[in-house]
Formats: sequence, structure tokens, C-alpha cells
Amino acid sequence: MNILVCIKRVPAPGRSIILSEDKQEIITRNLGFTISPHEECAIEEALRIKEKNGGSVTVLTLGPDTAVEQLRQAMAQGVDEAILLQTDGKEWDPMATSKAIADAIADKDFDLLLFGNESADSGGYQVGSRVAFAKDFPFLSGVKSLHVAEGKAIASREALHAREIYEIDLPAAISVKEGINLPRYPSLPGRMRARRKEITILKPAPISGGPEKLQLRVPQGEENQVEVLGYGVEAVPRVMEVLQELNFC
Amino acid sequence: MILGFIEHDRGTLNKASLEMLTLARRLGSVEAVVIGRKGATITHELKQYGISKVHLVVHDQLDDYAPTAWAKSLTQLATSLQVEAILASGSERGNEVMAQAAAIMNLPLATNCVDVVLRESDYIVTRLRWGGSLVEEARLSGKPKLLSVAQHVFAAEETLSEDLVIVEQEVDLNDKDFRVRVTERVENESEGVSLTTARVIVSGGRGVGSSEGFDKLEELAQLIDGAVGCSRVVTNKGWRPHSDQVGQTGTRVAPDLYIACGISGAIQHWVGCKAAKKILVINTDAEAPIVQKADYVVIADLHEIVPAIIAAIRAL
Repeated sequence: MNILVCIKRVPAPGRSIILSEDKQEIITRNLGFTISPHEECAIEEALRIKEKNGGSVTVLTLGPDTAVEQLRQAMAQGVDEAILLQTDGKEWDPMATSKAIADAIADKDFDLLLFGNESADSGGYQVGSRVAFAKDFPFLSGVKSLHVAEGKAIASREALHAREIYEIDLPAAISVKEGINLPRYPSLPGRMRARRKEITILKPAPISGGPEKLQLRVPQGEENQVEVLGYGVEAVPRVMEVLQELNFC
Repeated sequence: MILGFIEHDRGTLNKASLEMLTLARRLGSVEAVVIGRKGATITHELKQYGISKVHLVVHDQLDDYAPTAWAKSLTQLATSLQVEAILASGSERGNEVMAQAAAIMNLPLATNCVDVVLRESDYIVTRLRWGGSLVEEARLSGKPKLLSVAQHVFAAEETLSEDLVIVEQEVDLNDKDFRVRVTERVENESEGVSLTTARVIVSGGRGVGSSEGFDKLEELAQLIDGAVGCSRVVTNKGWRPHSDQVGQTGTRVAPDLYIACGISGAIQHWVGCKAAKKILVINTDAEAPIVQKADYVVIADLHEIVPAIIAAIRAL
């Protein structure tokens, strides 16, 4: 069972987002970076499938050279191999991203491609389905539980008042959502091993795809009045007034 | 002509599709597409939302949801009708079907749009990023334009259409298009007060300190008939199940009152709770980001004040 997990390096914003002067990027100087949350779970899911079925897990990302940090993190968790599709740091649109991934894995035999349902930052919802289409693999998104055995994937996801279950023949491509599992922390020996592992670096050229980003904007929040109800337990009478005004008790 | 993809689940309309129609009507004349014979039951509802023509896609195998088959149906119809654009709701299925249609047609797709302006032959779209804490203006080209409309942004505006024509459309699908289809369905057991229906949510973050720390939040929630929520840190630590998580990768909630206990309010969390009518923050840190965005703030240790509030309610 050979599994590919596609991940994205995204900033970890705290209280607010600050944009660059040309409005093309968010300022990341003071921010940490992380793997997009759904994809952290995709890595964990791949590792669990491998532990049960054997095989190997490869992680791939498209991003700047600094995205090696996220690949090493995945390898510290137990991923075997890593591929970086290196860009010059500019954000690629979803069509260009999918084309580069599909090209990079065109001659590789994977039984399962795992993606996050959508990236935390751009939220395009489409790289997984485009790569799956290029590989002619069946594709399902939004998966919250996955069981792989005997050449099949049994996947389930949430519908309005029910859980839908899908049975899909492998090879297949699946995008998962946070909550499917609780990702493990990398162990210390895992981190040490990850540092020495080799990473395959490719430098694809972007195709012109779309949508074409023109600019980013921080939406204006509505002005709101903050009322301090009090400090410590002395605030209780005012809290009770508020709860009663709103008819909660 | 604009084609509006109307979602249904075995004959039950997804009302998010009606929100989509509000934006679609601004772009031109709109015709609707409903996939599968079971969807015939919802066609009459669309008359109230300005639709005078519904294309009902029929095929022997189209009996339950099958994303690729649905996407391929859309693309065939869009091609034969020469439509200007296809719009769907930015729901789970809406984005999924559009992403597959975009792959099949090799065309760009703009998801979760909140505005569209026509510029020459292109659309200039405004779409949500970071769960809505950032927006992007982008140029969307191609024919048809493919876009999904962010949920809970537009009202489903009613405008009665004079008549309603239903046109059955046959599509060319093969077994391969049904490689992914719903094979089984497990109905949820009816639960108590849920995050999406509760009038009040008592939510806890890192400040709660442990899974046992949530006992007091549970008790308060029960007293005021609310649900318990939490931040992503809490689910990552395993203190609460992921189904309790409020946030960008959890549940988006919109209660009358959201009580945020020991939650700092990073963007990930804020986008999940900002739709609450009122927010009451309990935090020891007056500088926490969520404090500026709250309606009511109590600067206190939640471990002291939550039991005190519980006692006060019990004393009523």
C-alpha cells in the first residue's frame, strides 16, 4: 500500500491579518507556519493505514524552499519520503498547483492519494479533485472516517442528519477533514531521523490557470461596544442581569 | 444564461441553493438544474425564487448522490445549453460537484464567492479566504464561468416567477462515473441540544486546563439549556471530541449568546463564533484578541466565576 499525502505550508495567524503593501500576500514576518489542519490529519491517517497494511507513505508539497520545514515535520511523524515542488514563493493558483502535482506523480504508482478537504488559507476546495481527474482515480472529499482493506476504501462523511458511507475501489483519491483522527506528536528519535532524510526537490514551471488573484483585502469588522461587566466574582450580579435580559434564566 | 445548480438529497431541497439564486439573478437570466428523478419533488419550490425553467437530469443510475456523475451531468448540460456560468452553493456537495466539473472541463473555479462584477468577458469575483477573515478579489475567466457562493451571506430572496417549465434532460454517463456513490446511510440518533441549534453555547479554551475542567461548563450549559463548545487547542489536547469544536475546521455556530471561557480568540476560532448575536467573554487576560470583539467581558478566572454563576442561578 503506497500512499501519497499532499500538504500545504500555511501561516499560523494569531489575532489579526496584516497585508503587504501590494495587497498580494499576508505579512508573515512575525508568524509561525504550520501544515494546514485537515492535512495534518491526512498525514496521520496515512500513517495508520500503513501501520495496518504495510507499504510506504510519501508526503508532497508545492511551495517555497522553506516548506521543507513542513516536510520534515511529516517525516518526524513517520512519513518515509518527501517531495518538494519548489516555487519562488509566490502563491500558485489551484490549476497550476494541481497540474504540477499531477505531473510530478504521473509515472508513480500510488494506491491512495490523500488531501485535506480545503487549505486553511486560500480554501479553494479543488486541488484534490483535479489531481484525481488527471490520474483517472475515483475521488471523494470531506471524509471523516476511513478504513482501507483488500483493495477497497470504506469512507464515511457527515450529511445533514446522517452519516453517508462510500465504498471505493483502489487506487483512489480522498480528501479528509479534521476530526478523522488526532494527529500524533513527532517523537524525538523521529525528529532526529527526519533531519537526515533526503528530500526530492523538483522545480516545475507554473501553467497559466486561474482564478487569477488580483488583491487581498481585510474585511472591515463592525464597530462594537465592549462592556466590561466586572472583575473577578464581583462581576456575577451583572452577569446575572445579562443572562436574565436575554431570557436565559 | 446562468445555470444554477440546485442541490437536493433524495428529494429534499438544500436551502443553501436558494441563497445562491439571489446572487445568480444579479448576473443574468437564471435557469435551474436538478439532478436525478428524485429531485423532481423540489422543482415546484423554485418558482417562488424566480425560476421559470428547470432542467431535470434523468438517467437510470442517477438514484442517489454520486459526485462524479453529478458533475459530469452538469458539464454536459452546460455545454449543450451554451451557458455563461454555472453557480452552486458553497456547501460541501456544492463545492465538491463544482470542483469535479472544473476538473472535467479544465476550467478555473472560484469557491465561496460573496460578490461578482462583470468586466468585459470576465467576472471579477470577491471570495472568502481564511474562513472569511480575509477576502480575495480575483479574475475568473473561461466559458462557462464556474463559481460557488459562500453560505449564510445572501438571504434566499423570494420573487415569484410567472410560470414554471420542467425540461427532462438525458445525459451520457457510464459505470466509471459511478465509481463513487453513497452505498449506505446511517441516520444520526437524535441528540440533545446541539451546537448548531442551541440558543446559548458555553465554550471553553486552553484556560479550562483539563477535560475535567469542562464539568463546570457542562453544568452551566445544562442550567441555561445550552450546548458546550470548545476551541481547537482543546480538541487537539483530547479534552473534548472534535464534534464540539467551534471554528474554521470545526462547526460554525450562530447562537443568541456565546460564552467564551478561557479562549483567546485566534482567527481559527473567531470565524466559527462571530455569527453569534452576543458574545460574553470570561478571561483572565484583558489583552486577549477576543476581548476587543466581545459584547460583554468579565476579567476573571473562569474556575472561580463559572461556579459562582452556577450558584447564583441555582439560588434564583
